Amino acid sequence: MSNQPIVISASPHVHSDRTSKKLMYDVVIALIPAFLVSIYVFGIGALIVTSVAVASCLLFEYLIQKYLLKTEITIGDGSALITGILLAFNLPSGLPIWMIIVGSLVAIGIAKLSFGGLGFNIFNPALVGRVFLLVSFPVQMTMWPTAVENNTTISDAVTGATPLGIIKEGLMFGDTMTVISSKIPSTIDLFLGITGGSIGEMSAIALIIGGLYLIIRKVISWHIPVTLLLTMGVMTGIFWLINPEQNASPLIHILSGGALLGAFFMATDLVTSPMTRKGMVIFAIGVGVITVVIRMFGAYPEGISFAILIMNAFVPLINSSFKPRRFGSKIKSKIV
Amino acid sequence: MLKTFPIGGIHPPENKITSSKGIKRMPVPKVVYVPISQHIGVPSEIIVDKKEKVEIGQVIAKSSGFVSSNIHSPVAGVVTKLDKIIDSSGYKKQCIVIRTDVKNETNFEEIDFPLKTKIELEPKEIIQRISDFGIVGLGGATFPSHVKLNVREDKKIDCLIINGVECEPYLTADHRLMIEKAEEIAVGIEILLVALNINKAIIGIENNKKDAIDIFKKVTQNNTKIQIAALKVKYPQGGEKQLVRAILNREVPKNGLPLDVGVIVHNVGTIFAIYEAVQYNKPLIERVVTVTGKKMENPDNYWVKIGTPIKDLIEEVGGLPEGTRKLINGGPMMGKAIKNTDVPVTKGTSGILVISEEEASRGKTENCIRCGECVFVCPMGLEAHLLMNLAEKGMFEKASNEDIMTCIECGSCSYVCPSHRPLLDYIRFGKNSVKKLETAKK
Repeated sequence: MSNQPIVISASPHVHSDRTSKKLMYDVVIALIPAFLVSIYVFGIGALIVTSVAVASCLLFEYLIQKYLLKTEITIGDGSALITGILLAFNLPSGLPIWMIIVGSLVAIGIAKLSFGGLGFNIFNPALVGRVFLLVSFPVQMTMWPTAVENNTTISDAVTGATPLGIIKEGLMFGDTMTVISSKIPSTIDLFLGITGGSIGEMSAIALIIGGLYLIIRKVISWHIPVTLLLTMGVMTGIFWLINPEQNASPLIHILSGGALLGAFFMATDLVTSPMTRKGMVIFAIGVGVITVVIRMFGAYPEGISFAILIMNAFVPLINSSFKPRRFGSKIKSKIV
Repeated sequence: MLKTFPIGGIHPPENKITSSKGIKRMPVPKVVYVPISQHIGVPSEIIVDKKEKVEIGQVIAKSSGFVSSNIHSPVAGVVTKLDKIIDSSGYKKQCIVIRTDVKNETNFEEIDFPLKTKIELEPKEIIQRISDFGIVGLGGATFPSHVKLNVREDKKIDCLIINGVECEPYLTADHRLMIEKAEEIAVGIEILLVALNINKAIIGIENNKKDAIDIFKKVTQNNTKIQIAALKVKYPQGGEKQLVRAILNREVPKNGLPLDVGVIVHNVGTIFAIYEAVQYNKPLIERVVTVTGKKMENPDNYWVKIGTPIKDLIEEVGGLPEGTRKLINGGPMMGKAIKNTDVPVTKGTSGILVISEEEASRGKTENCIRCGECVFVCPMGLEAHLLMNLAEKGMFEKASNEDIMTCIECGSCSYVCPSHRPLLDYIRFGKNSVKKLETAKK
């Protein structure tokens, strides 16, 4: 017999090979296509913003855990890395570096570690960081370097609005959609990502590839992204059918303004989304409705960040209200 | 489309390495250790004395309550001790130790009865015989079979389900038995149909045992009473409630029994034991045990006398391999870890599994990342993360309201948890605490 002792423990005695770390790194892998597109479109700017966000998220997590909380350092678990990438993906590529650092501090320090670290945060940390920056520095946060022309430099602020920004402004000044659509990128360009916007939100195709990867790898289920996009599609579709001159088409809504990034990567955040299928559907409908309401009636052209954060706050309530059906709780079957 | 149960479930690696190995006979042990509590219910009452000579199949401990069972001597020999030894529960239990009489030829007779299809007994006599010959559920729960068959007047039964699922990874005892004794099992089913006075039985077999499905289809092709249900491979389909739901689409009510939806479930091994008891007066003194493990030299299936020490089985397949970390009585999902190889095989031992360091070690427990995987896989529709939390905090009443008591302890939640949280450990603790609270209230 070997010299190692026989151990006793309760069943089960085997475990699947899934680990939290593997799930996190799958999310990182899924974000690579969108990252590559962003570098192609925005050039070195995208690379710098992402690197700074990731580095500062990891650094703040390390410093706070080591010197303030004096707990175990968990920067290797992949979650701070994801927060960094997602924060960067929600920022314009020309944002001053110190602002990125402030955003990272808010995301990691306030939204994540103040609540107790991984698993205990109520709000999506990256979105908290983003919304903090948007509210504090509205001008810099909406200076979008336009695509392609700005390939090599980030210093000059050649800016253009995002497609949804152009639409919102146009409609406010009384233009019709026919006029406006000549000023925004074509559906094909939106699909590929040849447009202005936050670093990671432009390329629909890249985000869909990443999202499908997550679904195939079973990191996320289809419930949130499909329900969310369907809700947005149906709601904007109704408005569009009623008055196509005053409302953008559902396709434009889904392909722009971070809807896909939000649907596949932000609303599906394991920690801050519901834990039952029923709950996920309710949550996603909520995010979809609030997003459309903000986009159409609110002050901001885009609304998915706010919508997700608002619904994050409802998650504890959703979890305790929409429980899975207990086996044997309703007796449907009768003796034949 | 293959049938299965609708909510939850997992598909762990099957590792059925012994599925093509015919059942061999384990050599008769020199000494057998027969615990008097091998079934659910009241322990049997010892009726032999120290130094007494016993014959093979003689009753050595008799049923001592409504839910209890007779225990028979697996060998002819001499009672050497009435002692307490550690059984697979980990506790010391009263046990009858018998030294085999090596000169007594009855110990070494190869008992292989010819097929006998004619059923001569009346329903009451059948049930009496099942009771007399100590038959208990061999799927692992070891519930005395005659109790299940004594259906109260007000309960109407219309279907017998035979559990040939064997959803536990590694185990192949039922699988081999189905292949080698299909005709006998079919007769056993007929016997139970007579006993229950019904005319419908369905054998549930998972689709990873296609050979067993084919054999039963052949054996029962002219039999209108017995049907075969091929099931999608999914753990824990062998759970009674999951199986009834999968096959008949009937949902056993919360805290209820299959009886409440007109069904009785018996394991294939039990059916074979019933066949031998009723047709050939053979008491339950041996059973099929899979002795297995990835690193074992010769993993195999054996007919083993009840009371055989596990170390005999392990020696027979080539001894414990280097790096052994765990010995399990049963399968990897629901089996019990044992420390000591002196533990004897009992009526509920379907397998002995030896697992190594890599498989045995639990990962480090990390924070719950609220992925909900434990909720999605629960076949009872429970929220394992919540139940663990409540048990950890001592909120047992709340846990009870969240249906903690309906947990079947299949372990799917702990199996999938990416943060390696000991979900089922805490749920068990919670269940025990709820039970204590309820008894205290009474």
